[in-house]
Amino acid sequence: MTETKRILLRYRDVNADFTDIEEYGAHDGWVGLKKALSMTPAQVIDEVKASGLRGRGGAGFPTGVKWSFIPVNEPVKYLVLNADESETGTFKDRLIMEKNPYQFLEGCLIAAYAIGAKTAYIYLRGEYLEVANLLDACIEEMRKRNLVGKDILGSGYDIEIYTHLGAGAYICGEETALLNSLEGKLGQPRVRPPFPANKGGGLYSEPTVVNNVETIANVPWILQHGGAAYKAIGTEQSAGTKLYCVSGHVKRPGVYELPFSATFGDLLNEICGGPLDEAHPFKALLPSGGSGPIVHLNDEVMNTPMSYEHTAKLGTIIGSASLIVMDDRTDITWVASKVTKFFKHESCGKCTPCREGTYWLDKVLDRIMAGEGTEKDVVLIENVAKNMAGITLCALGEFAANPIIHTIKHFPEDFKKHVSGKKAVSKPLPMAGD
Amino acid sequence: MAIIGNPKYADRIALHLSKYPDKRSAVMPLLYIAQEEYGWVNDDAVNEVAQIIEIDPTQVRSIAGFYTMYSEKPKGKYWLQVCTDLACALRGADEFHHELLHELHIEEGGTTEDGMFTAEHVMCLGACDRAPMLQCNFHMVEKPGGLTMDDMRLFIEKARSGDADLQALIAEWRNLVNEHLKTFE
Repeated sequence: MTETKRILLRYRDVNADFTDIEEYGAHDGWVGLKKALSMTPAQVIDEVKASGLRGRGGAGFPTGVKWSFIPVNEPVKYLVLNADESETGTFKDRLIMEKNPYQFLEGCLIAAYAIGAKTAYIYLRGEYLEVANLLDACIEEMRKRNLVGKDILGSGYDIEIYTHLGAGAYICGEETALLNSLEGKLGQPRVRPPFPANKGGGLYSEPTVVNNVETIANVPWILQHGGAAYKAIGTEQSAGTKLYCVSGHVKRPGVYELPFSATFGDLLNEICGGPLDEAHPFKALLPSGGSGPIVHLNDEVMNTPMSYEHTAKLGTIIGSASLIVMDDRTDITWVASKVTKFFKHESCGKCTPCREGTYWLDKVLDRIMAGEGTEKDVVLIENVAKNMAGITLCALGEFAANPIIHTIKHFPEDFKKHVSGKKAVSKPLPMAGD
Repeated sequence: MAIIGNPKYADRIALHLSKYPDKRSAVMPLLYIAQEEYGWVNDDAVNEVAQIIEIDPTQVRSIAGFYTMYSEKPKGKYWLQVCTDLACALRGADEFHHELLHELHIEEGGTTEDGMFTAEHVMCLGACDRAPMLQCNFHMVEKPGGLTMDDMRLFIEKARSGDADLQALIAEWRNLVNEHLKTFE
């Protein structure tokens, strides 16, 4: 098994430096944009709809459908690119922007044209300062070639692209929190409706599309080769390729691009070289970072394609495809505690169930990890988690509940070890400022 | 010195104000500029940002307090933030973080007596395949296979001998990362 049909990381196939605008141009750069500018915006949206492209930020919403929600007759519309990737185990958007920045920016131009936006903001997590500097330099190179600014490529279409740095808040990856942050307000989620695509719901109250970096980087290829060619890659409900981020206990961690039809075994055994230490087989997998449901890393999982629909059958999600792999030395209670500390720290504090729930989960898990917990504590945290899920403004409440509910469900023996009077294997640290 | 009227920042401030239809949106980039000038977000920093974008200083303070990358207390010359999130911890980041604090003779979040280093642990930095890793003054410090304590002793030594030496070391490691990425091609 090797990576095939690369779209996002195609510089790997042609062995070229795509951070050089000339080299990018020499390898099909701007072909998709030129095609798009020769079409009507509605035709561009139809092409993307036909491709079956789904949002790569985690939710998997059909991209063309999202674009079609934007009211055509509103005079001001915005495109916002979500480059805030902050989920534990996710590092794919950084690679796209660092190694293939122009394909991403070309996608931004096409998306903005399709929805009729004249301004696009790229919201990057604060830690990606160097990436933002690189993108700024790329945008200036594009300006010299009339690819950004007034009347791009003589099409009559005007577009500006700006970068905006966040400052260390996971919640700003949630689209309405991101919009608040971009407006200079606290990065907390908004009440919906109105949705960002509606008048009153988007950036500065104008209709707005928020798309993930990886989603948008697919768009030039789709315009160049056609929606049908894209739809032919992957599985029935998961078209195209995906960037899979692999971390944890494998020999070759990294970012790999595969069609959605590839299995977990193809990726983890063949491409990543299997377990880090042969003496320690795989035990568990978080397929979508800290927030997605954990699963046993068994043969059934290994033989499952890494698509939206196939992972759903396993009781988990592919989400942003941030695979955190754990071998048999890993204590799953410690994992639950570690992930809970993350969500406790990142809860924005707006909704009570999440703010208080993550705090109490963390307190009780500390007690369990210190060997002072009881079986009742395990029941208690499961109860708290179940009372957080689905009743908050954004998905973070659910994300914070998942690590508890699913670790207890699938690895009860790991919790039993801790509440039977034995001391913990390791005790996680408190966060600075707690 | 101030950031208002400071020629060092005039272009950047003007650029950020020109990006948005509402200048309140410039609060985050301006806070970064103020932090660069003052070393942390002190009252002067807050007041100047508030004056530029014409909102109440209390609102600027609430923004600064919400985000972890604006420091509300002075830091050492090098602010080291080690990722100890799950993916990194599976590859030894907790131990690495402890040993680094020990090496620097500081507690979590503390600053060395000579004012050179502040060290703390933080949430995911988006480099999970290179664990353990850290960021130094918001620049990623990473090596293929992760940083070791021997690397960090070299890092500390270079920082103490001069910033240029340290930056050369970070760049050298960055080249190793880029070379390593080529093995994926």
